[in-house]
Amino acid sequence: MDLADLYRDVIVDHNRRPRNFGRLALASHSAEGNNPLCGDKLHIYVDMKDDIIRDIRFEGRGCAISTASASLMSEAVKGRSRVEIASLYERVHRMLTRHDSEVDAGLGKLAALAGVREFPVRVKCASLCWHTLNAALSGSGAQVTTE
Amino acid sequence: MAAVRGAHDAFDVLRARQDFPVLARLVNGHPLAYLDNAASAQQPTAVIDAVAEYARSHHANVHRGVHTLSQEATALYETAREKARHFINASATTEIIFLRGTTEAINLVAQAYGRPRLKPGDEILVSWLEHHSNIVPWQLLCEQTGAVLRAVPIDRRGVVDFDAYLAMLGPRTRIVALAHVSNALGTVLPIKAFLDAARERGVTTLVDGAQAVPHLAVDVQMLGCDFFAFSGHKMYGPTGIGVLYGREKVLESMPPWQGGGDMILSVSFDRTTYNHLPHRFEAGTPNIGGAIGLGAAIDFLEGIGMERIGRHEQQLLTYATTRLADIPGLTFIGTAPDRSSLVSFTLEAVHPHDLGTVLDSQGVAIRTGHHCAMPVMEYFGVPATARASFGLYNTHGEIDALRDAVLHAIRILR
Repeated sequence: MDLADLYRDVIVDHNRRPRNFGRLALASHSAEGNNPLCGDKLHIYVDMKDDIIRDIRFEGRGCAISTASASLMSEAVKGRSRVEIASLYERVHRMLTRHDSEVDAGLGKLAALAGVREFPVRVKCASLCWHTLNAALSGSGAQVTTE
Repeated sequence: MAAVRGAHDAFDVLRARQDFPVLARLVNGHPLAYLDNAASAQQPTAVIDAVAEYARSHHANVHRGVHTLSQEATALYETAREKARHFINASATTEIIFLRGTTEAINLVAQAYGRPRLKPGDEILVSWLEHHSNIVPWQLLCEQTGAVLRAVPIDRRGVVDFDAYLAMLGPRTRIVALAHVSNALGTVLPIKAFLDAARERGVTTLVDGAQAVPHLAVDVQMLGCDFFAFSGHKMYGPTGIGVLYGREKVLESMPPWQGGGDMILSVSFDRTTYNHLPHRFEAGTPNIGGAIGLGAAIDFLEGIGMERIGRHEQQLLTYATTRLADIPGLTFIGTAPDRSSLVSFTLEAVHPHDLGTVLDSQGVAIRTGHHCAMPVMEYFGVPATARASFGLYNTHGEIDALRDAVLHAIRILR
């Protein structure tokens, strides 16, 4: 295992200074995600118009992987449609869980999370934000858990 | 350090380590520093061998066959029961019930003792420090009976408020169930005082002793509790085996918990007669190898002596507290004056989960999370802590490794 592969500079930076952190006063969609294993909580607020995410914020507390993943996701999904987000999620999920696959270069900054797959117990940390976003988009006020 | 300095009968920790094969291995290229003993302690060769030897040469079902192996297995199993009796100074082996562990023991007491007795409005008292296993079985019982679960508060040090406890012991209190030692914070309760107060009011008492028996000598007759539960794997024995001690008079008054083989004297479709204690509460083929392993763990601990173990571990606790105290942004969670050998802490800007991963990369094994004690985490306003818990084989050098690894994590993450 190589720690430098997990805690890449991008991850550490997004953990220290998470982007789009906070609440969204007028959210069209929101959801809360829980990782009961580590007690992490994440709240995601989305402002969606005409099937496009116009704005997104998240708050809560979690480990560096979960915070950085949420921060990177928030940047990646802004301006995207549901269909685009679903496809993006599928590619991220493949990157986090498939040992054999080449890292998807098209993922941009999200590819910084590729090291997570070497740490199976941490995959949930990285995927919590995506599950929570899915819950938010599928119905307001939903709650999800990694367990 | 070859021996603990200052101890009258110096405890040779390096020699003790040789009894634990796993301690010789490397983890991620570093010597293993196993500091997760409060979750589960490692097994000495004596335990591993006892379990293997039973499987190799003596395995058969107990209390059944007239053949040699069955007699040998029965003798080994019942010898382990006698060892457990002696270990906690119960008055008779009829008071020693082998179960899967502390969790199962508490569930048994809730269902077989509590359920037939408790009425709506009756109260069960626990402390705010409890492990989920000493909360949830009582909540289930409350749902079934209409009884009410109440938690005695703690203070910022993690000390259970004795005056509040006395005030909460009321005319409706039926059961007091307390951890002797907190798994999340290490707080050692002055358990005798708590038990005395309950007994004076005629309240039935249960002690969750899972975190106590690896560290200090326990005498259930001196404590005067009605029930005392502990687990094998926290005291260098196998998993899946534990003990419920119950005062004979109380056990006699309880209906069986589970039905099956071994817990009966005779069965017909008209009438079944239940077996005597302790077999009445051991339905089905028990974990024979586990009980034998637990017996070997007891021999191992008594061979060293609980006082010596306790003294060594208290030195480790003092050393760890000193070595970690000056790390910037480190906050100890749980600072009770009387604590078992563990430190629980948070680190500013470093999540316990990340800390756990970095420490693992350095071969240092600790527990991170809520430690199955979410009310404790809630009280201190933290989602999780890092917990390093020490056992008889840990060294000052391993605490130095812990400190170095924490500093490494800070360099990476802060």
